[in-house]
Amino acid sequence: MNDPRVFQHRHYAHCESGAVAALLSHHGLNLSEPMVFGLAGGLTFAYLPFIKINGMPLMSYRMLPKSIIRNVQKRLGIRFESKTYRNKGEALDDLRRFINSGQVVGLMTSVYWLPYFPPEMRFQFNAHNLIVYGEEGGEFLVSDPVFDHAVRIRPEDLQNARFAKGTLSPKGYLYYPAVVPTEIDLKTAIPAAIRKTVKMMLHGPLIFGLRGVSFMANRIENLQGRKDSRYIRLFLGHVVRMQEEIGTGGGGFRFIYAAFLQEAADILQMPSLQEASVKMTEAGDRWRQFALACAKAIKNKEGGMDLPGIAGLLRDSAAAEKEVYLLLKKAGL
Amino acid sequence: MKVNEIPQDNIRTLGSLKKAVYALDENGQYQRAPTTGWEVEEIVLLDALADYDRKAEEARQKVLDRQSSPIAYFMYMRRMDTVTLAQAMGLFRWQVKRHMKPHIFRKLDAARLQQYADLFRIPVEALTRFEEEN
Repeated sequence: MNDPRVFQHRHYAHCESGAVAALLSHHGLNLSEPMVFGLAGGLTFAYLPFIKINGMPLMSYRMLPKSIIRNVQKRLGIRFESKTYRNKGEALDDLRRFINSGQVVGLMTSVYWLPYFPPEMRFQFNAHNLIVYGEEGGEFLVSDPVFDHAVRIRPEDLQNARFAKGTLSPKGYLYYPAVVPTEIDLKTAIPAAIRKTVKMMLHGPLIFGLRGVSFMANRIENLQGRKDSRYIRLFLGHVVRMQEEIGTGGGGFRFIYAAFLQEAADILQMPSLQEASVKMTEAGDRWRQFALACAKAIKNKEGGMDLPGIAGLLRDSAAAEKEVYLLLKKAGL
Repeated sequence: MKVNEIPQDNIRTLGSLKKAVYALDENGQYQRAPTTGWEVEEIVLLDALADYDRKAEEARQKVLDRQSSPIAYFMYMRRMDTVTLAQAMGLFRWQVKRHMKPHIFRKLDAARLQQYADLFRIPVEALTRFEEEN
């Protein structure tokens, strides 16, 4: 099943959907990144107050790491081979064996240990996906989906990145598509994937889906009671970083999903999906306005922050997004 | 967001990195296009980094005043808190907190110090000779 072509680096918005799209097209199945993201049900919202990152609650605009790899298999009948390792040496030997036999592989890594990232971005984030497609002059050739050009890494740095400890520790996680069908039934897979996302966003409990967005809006409004303005600033900044930093495509993955809906409208010949795509773009724009308001509040250190106003923008985003899901629900998928 | 509205703010936190985003072209079709970053991202990231720098500076003073160990300083320099540090070291939180006490820190063995130095990406002397170098 191996394709003898040289691997071609492509630039994507998100690491996991990008890595999966790149690996699949290397194996002859051309799916766009938004299609991979949408089919895998990548979109979500969750506000998880009990999971703390540097003292802040976790909010996620997309599903958990590895879920795209898992769900494209379920939806499309693709099969990925994946491995984790206890032994670092074995993981490195295995990687070389794959590379030498012409297999291009995806790896889970920690950004903290990737020297080619800008220093400001090297936090302990353990679920970054990259592709290794060769070894040359003592370095591995890396196609990092969120970089606009291919990069290189020394084996010792890659080893550290693959075996970082902590939350979501990758444990050397390696994957590649083992079975890729030449024909896939998008006309069945797309509606099923959309239905699942709509259900979760509309009916997810309390802290999930659109209820989760309201929950976060209330939390932001309640920050008013806090005397510590630094905490408020850091909290708002944290939300925006989750929404806009590396690998979201802007607007917390909403634009990627809008692109998916547009492609789906074409494939299924359903104008209502194009309408949903337009509305999702509007929702993404509102999320960006919310981010902008947060940044302004942070920058304007001394002035009072209009927290109810910021929470209101968030509720606007949720309301705009709700229209998308109601439309999709009515579309009769 | 339209392609011509994609921010190109050349933010310094991205370095030379360009990100890819999805936006609408003039025909209303989604395209993937590069961005040099949005000012908003830079503001929030720099604010978060400034907070770590402030904590690192406080920790540095405390180390010189013999109230804390260099581990606290490098933890903040590397943008971690005690939870993240403990996880990255494979230790309990109370253990890393204990290692931040000067009298416990002085008794740490070479292997443990090396493990911290590796995680912080510094030579081990930066830990053991902190006072002389700061």
